[in-house]
Amino acid sequence: MNLDFIFGNHQWRKIKSALASVLCCLAAVLVTAPLALVFYHLISNGASSISWSFFTELPKPVGVVGGGMANAMLGSLELLGLAAMIGIPPGVLGGVYLAEYGSSRGNWMLRFVADVLNGVPSITWGIVVYGLAVLPFKGFSAYAGGLALGLMMIPLIMRTTEEVILLVPNGYREAALALGISRWKTIVHIVMKTASKGIVTAILLALARISGETAPLLFTAFGNRFWNHDLSQPIAALPLQIFSYAISPYDDWHRQAWAGALVLLVTIFIINVLVRLLTRNRTARVL
Amino acid sequence: MAPPARFADKAFEWLTLALALSVVLLVFLVGWQLARGSELSIKRFGFSFLTTSTWDPVAEQFGALPFIYGTVVSSLIALIIAVPLSIATAVFLTELAPLRIRQPLVSLIEMLAAIPSVILGLWGIFVMVPWLRDYPFAFLKRTLGWTPLFSGPVYGTSMLAGGIIIAIMIMPIITSVSREILRSVPNLQREAAYALGATRWEVTRIAVLSYAKKGLFGAVILGLGRALGETMAVTMVIGNTPQIAASLFAPGYTLASVIANEFTEATTDLYLHALVEIGLVLFAITIASNLIAQVLLKTMSVASTSRAVQ
Repeated sequence: MNLDFIFGNHQWRKIKSALASVLCCLAAVLVTAPLALVFYHLISNGASSISWSFFTELPKPVGVVGGGMANAMLGSLELLGLAAMIGIPPGVLGGVYLAEYGSSRGNWMLRFVADVLNGVPSITWGIVVYGLAVLPFKGFSAYAGGLALGLMMIPLIMRTTEEVILLVPNGYREAALALGISRWKTIVHIVMKTASKGIVTAILLALARISGETAPLLFTAFGNRFWNHDLSQPIAALPLQIFSYAISPYDDWHRQAWAGALVLLVTIFIINVLVRLLTRNRTARVL
Repeated sequence: MAPPARFADKAFEWLTLALALSVVLLVFLVGWQLARGSELSIKRFGFSFLTTSTWDPVAEQFGALPFIYGTVVSSLIALIIAVPLSIATAVFLTELAPLRIRQPLVSLIEMLAAIPSVILGLWGIFVMVPWLRDYPFAFLKRTLGWTPLFSGPVYGTSMLAGGIIIAIMIMPIITSVSREILRSVPNLQREAAYALGATRWEVTRIAVLSYAKKGLFGAVILGLGRALGETMAVTMVIGNTPQIAASLFAPGYTLASVIANEFTEATTDLYLHALVEIGLVLFAITIASNLIAQVLLKTMSVASTSRAVQ
């Protein structure tokens, strides 16, 4: 028998296996490389433009060096506040329904619809809200921007809330019901309270996700170079400001765009780290 | 004694049901708004809106073909780049990597997913596109410039740059969904293949990847859905020129970017309705790809868990 052939073949198979491992490792490096590159360039191009005035001043006209994005940062916070008011109640209580009530078939459908909705391009929300809240009131407004972001939050929060509520052990519900506490009080005071950290996590994650959204704000919040004193008027937002500065032809504005992007990304990462700390405690407690 | 409590119970259940149903309402709301907002354009151009390629706001001639072409081609480029890398990374994360580095790597990929599109676009304009133009594109031009795919001048902003930035955006989602799928493959599968004397790669290929085929396909389609709708980053690097060119170095335009760029400039009703119709087309194709992805993923996880239980 030709044992050499078998031996050789075995060697070849081992080499192939090692090669595949190396390629997979290389792929992992390539997939994560953009993160490091983006961060590196944000810091090297943006850090030098961050100063006290960047956080406190309005944008300066073209040609005047300096100025800041204070109005855009405040605007983003206001938009997130409006979005939270619209998105959190249906998101959280809808998630409660999915976890606590309903038939498994009906809930399967609802989950399915929520997942499909999560895949709707963010620009679509801009068009929809333009028809709902910009055209009828004849003007771009902070309300419209908040509505667009809020609608995007609903399916996001709903799915994550459901998951954290399902983590609450059934024994808690049974114990409460056995004491004669009504179902809804059990859910609100026992189940949701136990899962409260998880629910906060779900909300924070959704806020972090939409805080960088630009497309839905382009024709709802529209952007503004000044302070917004009236929520029915156009309002600035950090991502919008980054976009308009990035595509402008001015070097100084490019520098500001980098600085704004650095601030936005660091904020998003801080929220994400915060969330991770919260969830670590939760899993330690619940599970 | 019981009735008030029972009433409150019912009321709470109905309240939460009504709020859960808001997702269904939202889907119809989006569809209805888009259909209503594009009425004029649908009546005027009918089906030819999708098959003609003149986009001339002044003459009020609107055809969406160049945008459909741009969306499809840039998404395909993105998939060609992102799918092998993402699935290989998922394999690395579930089958190969030392346990110590798995969680940190997953966190890194989650962070990549958290980068807003506009920031990636900013990086794309000022860092990626100039680099691509000077090195990889110049190299491709020298070696493969004779093929139609890489002919013509190299500006940097191009269909290929758009595809690459989309690839970066969809890699995290394909990777993390694929990882979930591969993790759901029962260990029995692997053990059986090892028992037959398979090498690590053969185990992965025969027992893991082929078992998870359907789910991985779902992950890819999910990525495709994201790629089709990706807006800001693509708008910033694709060049925004409505044309159908064979060369990947030529600038292009996508459905999402034409909406982003022209919506606030639409001066006439017909123009606005044409742009909303583009939104409708985009909505229809992303809904379709998401439906397919969810069906594949959900049936996959049901099948794998039921099999794992047996």
